[in-house]
Amino acid sequence: MRSNKENWQSFLLVLPSILAVAVFVYGFIAWSGRVSMSQWKGLTPDYTWRGLTNYIELFSDARFAIDVRNTLIFTVIFVFGSLVLGLILALLLDTGLRGEGIFRSIFLFPMAISYIVTGVVWRWLMNPATGSRTSGLNLLFDKLGLDFLINQWHTTPYWGIAAIALPAIWQMSGYCMAIYLAGLRAIPDELREAARVDGASEYQILSGIVLPLLRPVTLSVMIILGHMSLKVFDLILAVAGKQLPLDVPALYMWQVTFDGLFYGRGAAIGILLLLSVAVLIIPYLFYSLRSEPEL
Amino acid sequence: MTQKRSRFLLYIPLVAVAIFYLIPVYVMLVTGFKGFEEVNLKTMWDLPTGIRFDNFIEAYNKLAPYLWNSINMVLPAAVISSILGSLNGYVLAKWKFKGADIIFPLILFGMFIPYQSILIPLVEFMKTINLYGGLPGLVLTHIIYGIPITTLTFRNYYATIPKELVEAAKIDGAGMMGIYWNILLPISIPSFVVVLIWQFTQAWNDFLFAVVLTSPSNWPITVALNNMAGSQIVAWNVQMAGSFLTALPTLLVYIFLGRYFLRGMMAGALKG
Repeated sequence: MRSNKENWQSFLLVLPSILAVAVFVYGFIAWSGRVSMSQWKGLTPDYTWRGLTNYIELFSDARFAIDVRNTLIFTVIFVFGSLVLGLILALLLDTGLRGEGIFRSIFLFPMAISYIVTGVVWRWLMNPATGSRTSGLNLLFDKLGLDFLINQWHTTPYWGIAAIALPAIWQMSGYCMAIYLAGLRAIPDELREAARVDGASEYQILSGIVLPLLRPVTLSVMIILGHMSLKVFDLILAVAGKQLPLDVPALYMWQVTFDGLFYGRGAAIGILLLLSVAVLIIPYLFYSLRSEPEL
Repeated sequence: MTQKRSRFLLYIPLVAVAIFYLIPVYVMLVTGFKGFEEVNLKTMWDLPTGIRFDNFIEAYNKLAPYLWNSINMVLPAAVISSILGSLNGYVLAKWKFKGADIIFPLILFGMFIPYQSILIPLVEFMKTINLYGGLPGLVLTHIIYGIPITTLTFRNYYATIPKELVEAAKIDGAGMMGIYWNILLPISIPSFVVVLIWQFTQAWNDFLFAVVLTSPSNWPITVALNNMAGSQIVAWNVQMAGSFLTALPTLLVYIFLGRYFLRGMMAGALKG
């Protein structure tokens, strides 16, 4: 049993961090919540009560409708693309072939780079100019005789946001690979050996044993990537600047608040983003911590 | 024989994907090393005729002050949040106080929130305490929002240290801080490396906090680069060289300390 004095001493040691997080995370969320229910517009704070009006206005706002749609498209393509590519790479590398380390390093390095750098480079790779000004990947496709691949990238009407998922997949699929690889290595070899002895084909082992065992890993990765895609912001900005067809809630919040000075609406978008992330993350945290062995 | 051939076939998709990953690096470098007169969007994919540094020099001249801002901001941010994380992790793994099991997930949640949900109060708060516009406010922000991940990493590491080690030291009369200082701190150097480079990378690559909290003369390099990319005046070849300069510090960390970088990344996934 721990003494009272020790209890206090240990509490005091983490108290500065607890206070910092209490203020900067929970205090600020509450403060944002309050702003989102105010009519604050302009440089001077104005906390005149407005109830849920800012939220109601958002739900009938055409720009916010575009944002929600773009987030959905982006999330589906980004999460699915990263998962599939990550899983395939992990399965290939798990065969224990030569040069595994080099490949792993190549697939992971984009994780170390900022979205801004990725965005600036991909902005030139996905240059939509046509005719004699064709450049970037379109020019490469042309040179390789792959003309059918030439497209307008993020300037494609209606589906432009899908092109933004490409650099995002480039950046994050290595992360999926690393987590899948760790998951694969945790599967005991005996399990696969036993199946082989019983005459199972490699495909049967994969679909009957390996993939089902990887299901919890897949769920974790989906949640992590899903919450990232809800927050996507700087990548879009660096690829395309501020363009309505490629708008997402995080960009809308930033612009409407700091360019438009419509603080009430900006805070409402922030809170909606938080709620959508919380729906994913809270059960995940609860599950992860509960299933961990007692210290 | 067929065994060998099928193994060889595995390399085809791997090499194809590796090329996809390296294309942006190829373009960045090939463009960077071209002379100004050689630069043309039409010949974007061609190798340079010689090694020239025009673009890098131009990009460096434009970005140097912001590069220093980033360095001055990132180092204290990474060091201080690592120290805090280590203390928190120690207590939450070895000296759980009443309610620690509730506090821990509450701290962790801070790692996942979209920062748009705290941005307005953050700016107002920094204005009130007179840290708005400068680097110290940005440093403080990175330290505080870094606490969840640093705490998590250290807690998970200290949890693997046998309880008996701490109990034995207690019987010998060592106190809480003594045990930390003499026993746990010396063996947690690898964890410090993991957390330091993770925080370094996070703060270096951040854009959102920097763009709302700092005034133009205090911009870190990511904000300056984005600004440069959005301008019509700076040529794309200089933008490419600037991108490379911005990516270089974190890339070097990745190349030389990749093993630690990977561990930091896995910690973010909680279960790893």
